[in-house]
Amino acid sequence: MADTGHVATDGAPRRDFLMLATGAFAAVGVGAIAWPFIASLQPARDTLALATTDVDLAPITEGQAVTVMWRGKPVFVRSRTPKEIEEARAVAVNALPDPATDQSRVQREQWLVLIGICTHLGCVPSGQRATDTRGEYGGWFCPCHGSHYDTSGRIRKGPAPRNLDVPQYAFTSDTKIRIG
Amino acid sequence: MLRVSFKALALAIGLFAAAPAHAAGEAIPIPDRKFSFDGIFGTYDRASAQRGFQVYKEVCAACHGMRLLSYRNLRELGLTEAQVAGIASQFEIKDGPNDEGQMFERPGRPADRFRSPFPNDAAARAANNGALPPDLSVMTKARAGGADYLFALLTGYEDPPPGVTVMDGMHFNRYFPGNQIAMGPVLNPDQVEFADGTKATVEQMAHDVSTFLQWAAEPELEQRRALGVKIIIFLTILAGLTYAVKRKIWADVEH
Amino acid sequence: MSIGLHNSEFKNPVVRWIDQRLPVFTMMQKEYGTFPTPKNFNYFWNFGALAMVTLMIMIATGIFLSMHYAAHTGLAFDSVERIMRDVNFGWLIRYVHMNGASMFFIVVYIHIFRGMYYGSYKAPRELLWILGVVIFLLMMATAFMGYVLPWGQMSFWGATVITNLFSAFPVVGNYIVELLWGGFSVDNPTLNRFFSLHYLLPFVILGVVFLHVAALHITGSNNPLGVEPKGPQDTLPFHPYYTAKDSVGLVVYFIVFAVLVFFAPNYLGHPDNYIPANPLVTPPHIVPEWYFLPYYAILRAVPDKLGGVLLMFGSILIWFVLPWLDRSPVRSMRFRPLARLFFLLWTANFLVLLWVGAKPAEGTYVLIAQIATAYYFAYFLVILPLLAKFERPLPLPESISRPVLGGGPLPMGAAAKPMEKA
Repeated sequence: MADTGHVATDGAPRRDFLMLATGAFAAVGVGAIAWPFIASLQPARDTLALATTDVDLAPITEGQAVTVMWRGKPVFVRSRTPKEIEEARAVAVNALPDPATDQSRVQREQWLVLIGICTHLGCVPSGQRATDTRGEYGGWFCPCHGSHYDTSGRIRKGPAPRNLDVPQYAFTSDTKIRIG
Repeated sequence: MLRVSFKALALAIGLFAAAPAHAAGEAIPIPDRKFSFDGIFGTYDRASAQRGFQVYKEVCAACHGMRLLSYRNLRELGLTEAQVAGIASQFEIKDGPNDEGQMFERPGRPADRFRSPFPNDAAARAANNGALPPDLSVMTKARAGGADYLFALLTGYEDPPPGVTVMDGMHFNRYFPGNQIAMGPVLNPDQVEFADGTKATVEQMAHDVSTFLQWAAEPELEQRRALGVKIIIFLTILAGLTYAVKRKIWADVEH
Repeated sequence: MSIGLHNSEFKNPVVRWIDQRLPVFTMMQKEYGTFPTPKNFNYFWNFGALAMVTLMIMIATGIFLSMHYAAHTGLAFDSVERIMRDVNFGWLIRYVHMNGASMFFIVVYIHIFRGMYYGSYKAPRELLWILGVVIFLLMMATAFMGYVLPWGQMSFWGATVITNLFSAFPVVGNYIVELLWGGFSVDNPTLNRFFSLHYLLPFVILGVVFLHVAALHITGSNNPLGVEPKGPQDTLPFHPYYTAKDSVGLVVYFIVFAVLVFFAPNYLGHPDNYIPANPLVTPPHIVPEWYFLPYYAILRAVPDKLGGVLLMFGSILIWFVLPWLDRSPVRSMRFRPLARLFFLLWTANFLVLLWVGAKPAEGTYVLIAQIATAYYFAYFLVILPLLAKFERPLPLPESISRPVLGGGPLPMGAAAKPMEKA
């Protein structure tokens, strides 16, 4: 560096701008470094691709329910009795904590498909087997903190804020559904 | 003292590790094939890679698996979701156990891995005279010379030079280390029919399948290079700025 | 120091409140702010900071890789490829980690070269140097075990060959090897323990780095002249002068790093490591990663199993006693024309070993390796001790500022005498 002797006179303003620009650039760089790391924590492509589960409905008799796995979560598939359907549809929708009609939650009225995870803190509610306690409304009961769900999977009583979620699914034939 | 003893040792030859690298036959330099992905800004020729997949599917897949790839990956080659689902469903994939505890076969889905032709290495050897057809998922990364080597290998079959006898069940290949390869010259003219009308010469098929395998081994290549160019431009500007700051700070120091 | 709140000079109330109770800000200010640093560093003095940053990069990328990696012989290879294909930016994180190991060794080799050239290992910095050699040994162990994790052919056979080195020791050799393996060959237990240790050792390195820096801040830095600062006119506060200068080196370093990661990520690797490990088939030509090649060359230069192993370990252990092998009172080789010649030759010789380590161990390569090995040790054991006695160093400058202010060498007699006690 031969010419260091004579740049100091007008240095101050340029130095400030330089510092600012360099600082900004460096800050952007450091920020950008964080992105790949955070992105790597998000679900990987193979995880996202494993999106569908097929369920054969034929062996499920009326009043029975099965639990299948979809994306690592339990999914409840319940064949409802006419009485259960009637109960679910007789409710005054506006009085519910999370108003939703039964019709909006099923594709075919006999078949109720729900993600079996309590919307409170993620426990799996009981009510799938005939011997299980089904809560005050005949649907599901979450033993962790006492949430009661009805025969449409709607929250009726207890701390859970929302109805049980309905996953995306489609009937691929009369006796088969594909979840996801 | 040590030095003296070493000079004495220098005469002896006795080795602890590593065997001679060269087997029979001299190593022949691998010719440089022009590929679309060569160079810093190279990208994959999608049409070529799709044809290459067809060659793999109709020829190579009889013996070679690609277990690290899934059918969904073919979307990156420009196939539509429906095309990928169609391809996947041509394969029977083992799944299970079902409710009865039995394994069963079902049509493939995009999320499934490429079906391997043999259930395990022993079965593969048994069906191939004891030779194991290697999995091709990362083949271009696993061979010196990469795609150039694969192309050279696939087009390198010739009659053995006079005086060289090829063992039973082996084939003479100019570029294979040792020259004797268990895989025969599997590519024959017009063996596959390309939908886009490209003539299926051996050279064309070898080129396309090499492109496909390069993509299979390094699917991130295009994204990697594009990001690299941006980052290096960014760093170059930052280097200039940082150097200017450094000069400013040091301006009043005599050194 | 007296008991009670620290007398903090910081004005910001929050900073002050913390600093009074735990004077980390005062410490940072003292060690990295006002820390008096010789004013005449050249860019070789960037490499300590570069090594520190690289360690951080390796730890960060390593932690994120371990979230996706499966340390099992049946899963390891595929899990690494899954990182490359399916994990978001997994290819980037893995290639940075993989090439980061190479960059780490490049940086540390230059750092060591600088320490040897400018005599940074001499009194009073012997312990600083020894801690550095400890770091280097830990790095080698970490890198070796990391290379095993992808469970490719080179991983497996590298692990087999290197762990078998220990079988050279009489009586306990085989016991040690089985202890390392956790079985009768390199297998799943080996992979598991290597993964565990590969995760642990970087943090041990971090601890030793802390001691290395602490020791540095007791003695202060050496400098290209090898003459201790005589007063404030010879030093500058670390910040902003050397933070700025280190930043320049850092950004340039990142550019080199980026070229490797983005455009030639597998250039320094070996194709065989993309073939899954197969205990039944040895690759025709086993080579370690490039940074181990010099030692590998030394190992193969000796036609005796135990001798080769001892010499290979000795080639690094000898660095521990370097401060006592080189008794010349002059630090910087700028003033030691003969030592300088022999040291540059030693450096070239090191590169020859690196080159020959990648060649098959046959014919002339063996002879070259043997001659290079001989010179490697002769430099330490014969040349340096003799030079300390017989070499006549050039006149030393009186102080760091003098040659800058006055220019040109000082008249004879002013400083032909050995360096002062620091």
